[in-house]
Amino acid sequence: MPVQDFEQLFQKKIDNEVKIEPKDWMPDAYRKTNIRQISQHAHSEIVGMLPEGNWISRAPSLKRKAILIAKVQDEAGHGLYLYSAAETLGMSREEMINDLHSGKAKYSSIFNYPTLTWADMGAVGWLVDGAAILNQVMLCRTSYGPYARAMVRICKEESFHQRQGFETLLVLSRGTDEQKAMCQDAINRWWWPSLMMFGPKDSESTNSDQSMKWKIKRKTNDELRQQFIDMAAEQVKVLGMTLPDEKLKWNAERKHYDFGEIDWNEFWNVVKGNGPCNKQRLEARRKAHEEGQWVREAAMAFAEKRRSKQKAA
Amino acid sequence: MMNSPLIDYTLHLADTTLILSQRNAEWCGHGPILEQDIAITNISLDLLGQSRNFYQYAATLIGGDASEDSLAYLRKEREFKNLLLVEQANGDWGQTILRQYLYSQFQYLLFEKLQQCNDAQLAAIAAKSIKETTYHVRWSSEWVIRLGDGTEESHTRMLKAIDELWRYTGEMFVPAAYETIVEVSRLKNEWQQKVMNIFSEATLSIPEKMFMQNGGKNGIHTEQLGYILTDLQYLQRTYPGAEW
Amino acid sequence: MKNFIRKFYYGDIPEEKAGGGSYQTINDTANWPLWEVFIRSKQGLDHKHAGSLHAADAQMAIENARDVYTRRMEGVSIWVVESKYITASNPEEAGELYEPAVDKIYRHPTFYQLPDEVNHM
Repeated sequence: MPVQDFEQLFQKKIDNEVKIEPKDWMPDAYRKTNIRQISQHAHSEIVGMLPEGNWISRAPSLKRKAILIAKVQDEAGHGLYLYSAAETLGMSREEMINDLHSGKAKYSSIFNYPTLTWADMGAVGWLVDGAAILNQVMLCRTSYGPYARAMVRICKEESFHQRQGFETLLVLSRGTDEQKAMCQDAINRWWWPSLMMFGPKDSESTNSDQSMKWKIKRKTNDELRQQFIDMAAEQVKVLGMTLPDEKLKWNAERKHYDFGEIDWNEFWNVVKGNGPCNKQRLEARRKAHEEGQWVREAAMAFAEKRRSKQKAA
Repeated sequence: MMNSPLIDYTLHLADTTLILSQRNAEWCGHGPILEQDIAITNISLDLLGQSRNFYQYAATLIGGDASEDSLAYLRKEREFKNLLLVEQANGDWGQTILRQYLYSQFQYLLFEKLQQCNDAQLAAIAAKSIKETTYHVRWSSEWVIRLGDGTEESHTRMLKAIDELWRYTGEMFVPAAYETIVEVSRLKNEWQQKVMNIFSEATLSIPEKMFMQNGGKNGIHTEQLGYILTDLQYLQRTYPGAEW
Repeated sequence: MKNFIRKFYYGDIPEEKAGGGSYQTINDTANWPLWEVFIRSKQGLDHKHAGSLHAADAQMAIENARDVYTRRMEGVSIWVVESKYITASNPEEAGELYEPAVDKIYRHPTFYQLPDEVNHM
């Protein structure tokens, strides 16, 4: 069968909402796009452990500490599910990790911002996880089976993350003046970066939208971003706090909130590696990996020894 | 303030599990491989849960405004009664899993006895926790064997870890004045036997003679504890009385 | 090939070279093999594929599976098998393998119309 026919058949499956599974025929670019997106997503989970892990030792109560540890640990799990999904496409985790460490592969830029106060744990949960969840819920229906299944599992576990974040802020918003200020400051710092998480505006994209056609992605950046803003604009009222955007206003005609312009200069700068923490984040990941090398080697060597002993016996 | 022996003992159990949890949690996001990052974090969570149970019990014994958080966050270096072993730095993965094994093996024997003690609450906490401890022993002893008998490098690192940590194991079996519920000195032989078995499988051996450091149970710590508490207690100290 | 994917998404930031340039596994002695994990969620149910993970040996694979896939009481029993030992049917053979079953409708109870009186058969 000529390749075009394969591609037609493939597209027909996608159009009929039939999931694509690892051994199925797929266009090379579909495979590559999925590998890239899933591995970036995995890297984001792993690098995302660092800004929150930063506060584990200083969590203000034993309860908060337990919650935070469990949450950061979940992120490790989510990274693991996603690496596994990408591995079904033929790329090993080791290669993906190498690409992350060499700077070839990217991760979500949001994690290049520092977590400066305890309130950041709340803001990250509410805004960053909140933004991520919209994307993740959509991805539960993505066309590549293993990716979709990983996302279903992740969404199930993730649902507590945003809630605990909001609750953390809620407690601060009802606390002392210093805590209130801490709360507002964290919201101010995390608001715009979390809007950037959805990526460039739809109008900025040049070519035909293959990812939508392949149903890897099912909503556009702007659709998701608007959905997020509409939700956050209401939720912030419960906190008695404000979002740092003077142009934020309900538009009765559109039935959506209007909002101000995102600083895309900052966005691309952080993507290019000039964010406040790009360097530290990558260094931390590299260090963990390099220092783990002898451990991984020893475990393999021991497994090998034990195998040959069992064979001999 | 003079505490009853029961309170001090409960705090000793609480502090030890909290500090080890705090140490293990430092690995979160920095483990040698994702799967083991998750594993050590799980152990950290288990220990944190145990410490909370002990603190909560101590708080009810103390009464008044005492709470798990006031006990964990507002007591000072000299008031902490944790074992010296658990406050030692993580070092490399070998040192961390050895510390875990040496303690878990002890904790297992301790909780076996504690779950039969006359204090219903301590017995209940021990009975609940010992399942976790059983797993910690299993997980950490496997790692000791794996690294001891892995590569030349891992073997050398384990020798170094033993050299680093062994001096803090003697304290576990020297009872503090408040430590009357379980006779820890009587756990020593069995502990040593078990450790010896694991070490021999790991092609490692127990140091012949080493001076044993003492003091943690009575609030005389290594210099490391101060830094742990600085981190741990930072927010509670900076914003006194705030709710989180 | 067409000029694919110029649109960048969350979790899909552009790279100079797209990910997945080389598909070979680097031969690193420190690489732990991949295992498939099957979990029985409760007594009486089948083990079901839960996902995969890396481990140096079978024992560690079970423990890793316990930590990764049963943190929320998802399981009471775990199977692991090294992924390379799984043989999968080929999607290209789906026609010859599965379609012949389609017209054998007499294998299904609904094929048989019975009087109402015995409808619970």
